[in-house]
Amino acid sequence: MMISVENIEKKYGEVKALRGVSLDVKEGELFGLIGPDGAGKTSLIRILVTLLKPDAGSATVNQLDVVDDFRKLRKQLGYMPGRFSLYPDLSVEENMNFFATVFGTTIEENYDLVKDIYQQIEPFKERLAGRLSGGMKQKLALSCALIHAPKVLILDEPTTGVDAVSRKEFWEMLKRLQKMGITIFVSTPYMDEANLCDRVALIQDGNILTIDTPEKVTQSFAHKLWAIRSDNMYLCIHHLREHPEAESVFGFGEYLHVTWKNQEMQAEEMMNYLTGLGHTNVEVKETEPGIEDVFMDLMQKHDS
Amino acid sequence: MKQLLGFIRKEFRHIFRDPRTMIILFGIPIVQLLLFGYVITTEIKDAHIAILDKSNDEVTREITHKLLSSGYFKLDAMLDNDGQIDNIFRKGNIKEVVVFQQDFGKKLERDGKADVQVIADASDPNTAQLLSNYTNAIVQDYLQKKFINYHIPYEIKPQVRMLFNESLKGAFMYVPGTMALILIIISAMMTSITIVREKEMGTMEILLVSPLKSHHIIIGKVTPYLILSVINAITIVVLGNLVFGVPVRGSLILLMFVVILYIMLALSLGILISTIAASQFSAMFVSIMALMLPTMLLSGFIYPIDNMPVVLQVLSNIMPARWFIEAVKAVMLKGVGAGYIWKQLLIMTGMTAVFLVISMKKFKLRLE
Repeated sequence: MMISVENIEKKYGEVKALRGVSLDVKEGELFGLIGPDGAGKTSLIRILVTLLKPDAGSATVNQLDVVDDFRKLRKQLGYMPGRFSLYPDLSVEENMNFFATVFGTTIEENYDLVKDIYQQIEPFKERLAGRLSGGMKQKLALSCALIHAPKVLILDEPTTGVDAVSRKEFWEMLKRLQKMGITIFVSTPYMDEANLCDRVALIQDGNILTIDTPEKVTQSFAHKLWAIRSDNMYLCIHHLREHPEAESVFGFGEYLHVTWKNQEMQAEEMMNYLTGLGHTNVEVKETEPGIEDVFMDLMQKHDS
Repeated sequence: MKQLLGFIRKEFRHIFRDPRTMIILFGIPIVQLLLFGYVITTEIKDAHIAILDKSNDEVTREITHKLLSSGYFKLDAMLDNDGQIDNIFRKGNIKEVVVFQQDFGKKLERDGKADVQVIADASDPNTAQLLSNYTNAIVQDYLQKKFINYHIPYEIKPQVRMLFNESLKGAFMYVPGTMALILIIISAMMTSITIVREKEMGTMEILLVSPLKSHHIIIGKVTPYLILSVINAITIVVLGNLVFGVPVRGSLILLMFVVILYIMLALSLGILISTIAASQFSAMFVSIMALMLPTMLLSGFIYPIDNMPVVLQVLSNIMPARWFIEAVKAVMLKGVGAGYIWKQLLIMTGMTAVFLVISMKKFKLRLE
């Protein structure tokens, strides 16, 4: 196992950030830690990169304990924190050079590894890092995290606040790095990014809800899922939730995702119910569950 | 070693690229020295006075002439009667009025005694005191020269000599003081701010996760400020010499040794502050409250320590600047060797060691 976490607990004063988290990441895997803000993602990542000590439990990265062997481990880690953590008053090249020197290497030495990414920002190498666009900042941060050829790359919400195109590019870069043999542990609040990982762990309130491949996670969804919309979505949610047979009603973009206690419930019945309440342009169709549906479902089960 | 050099290079870039840092580093010291040297001066020069000469004879005219040609006083008005005195003080320009009694010259010749009244504006007590002393001295001097043959039966004549600062120049006091103040502000405040800035920006996270050791980070952070502070100290000494004529009578090497020791002391204080302060603002606040004001008030820079209440005298012992000012004055003005200031050097070394040990202990290898 490249990363192994066992029963990790972490408290900040009275607030419990992690309540007994366990997971394993295989060598060469692209592993996603998925959960909303405040779920405990950053705490877990900071423990893995030796920045925080867990209150209970243990964790190893590449067989090195995150508390006892933290000095050795720090040499092998590539870490990209949640917010942009480079020097805005240094140029792209100066930032790269600085981090290369700090890790006792040079840009040239590991150029192969960062080439793909760095080439995209190399035309702007004289520019101050603070003046780069969001996407380019992420690329620079990733280059800096890779400059010492780490065995494990740990990224905390690398795509938060980055535009859709850059997000896609960023995941493609991660895929290429994975092919080079680097184990990648990445956290994200975006459910749609789960499908890009080999395996994911869903985390909520410091608890792991499930760990599996994205396919198996969605297959675990046991209900028939309906996508419903009408002209008045706000009332539509209310009316559906008032229905005695309704189990869960959540808004998903332009549709509501609905499950029923009675799996035999027919589309026609739902149509009639809503038009009867004065809804116009009602649309009802069966749909495939996504990670987010599973997440909502697991969350509800966990809470109750 | 390469890592450290890389770190120091990065640190210099931060400094040179931030205009505010550059102003604090190089603008403030010069401005402050000139301000202290020129504005906060205790010397009397061209004080405005008025004279009410009720006698207007040869003697009073001669004394008036002596007063005005001394360079200390400047005549604003000749008054005609006592009623004007109150008025002219209220207008505020006049610091002193000299009143000669009627028949001053005659009485002096006849009785050997005549009255001259000196009225000073004591809303500024120090100046009032100084002015009246100067006036008195000039009048006495005139009398002695004029009646050189006149024999006073018993007389004690103190021969005063002001050692190390013959002309009682304020700059002699303010140059070491300014140096103490500026070096502690730059070294302690700037280093604490720059370390806390890394915490605030999140870059400390990456530095901690890197193979850099804590002493790499600390040495890398303070080295540029050590170098720049030494340059600053040299600037102040040179400026003090060229502009205010403050001499360096002792060994220049010893002086630089004292300066560097004091800078190290201030830097270690800065590191200590950075381990306590959570934000750049609080680092600045702590530096100013804990260092700047006490340094100005308790180090003997402006107010003599011997005149303070006992509690404050005791407190002044823990002011690094106190020992620095003593040592610098001894080397610059008295020209003594290291043997005379070993106590000050020892205390400063001890303080540095204590601050460094505490900071090393408090420096966090992880995030809290």
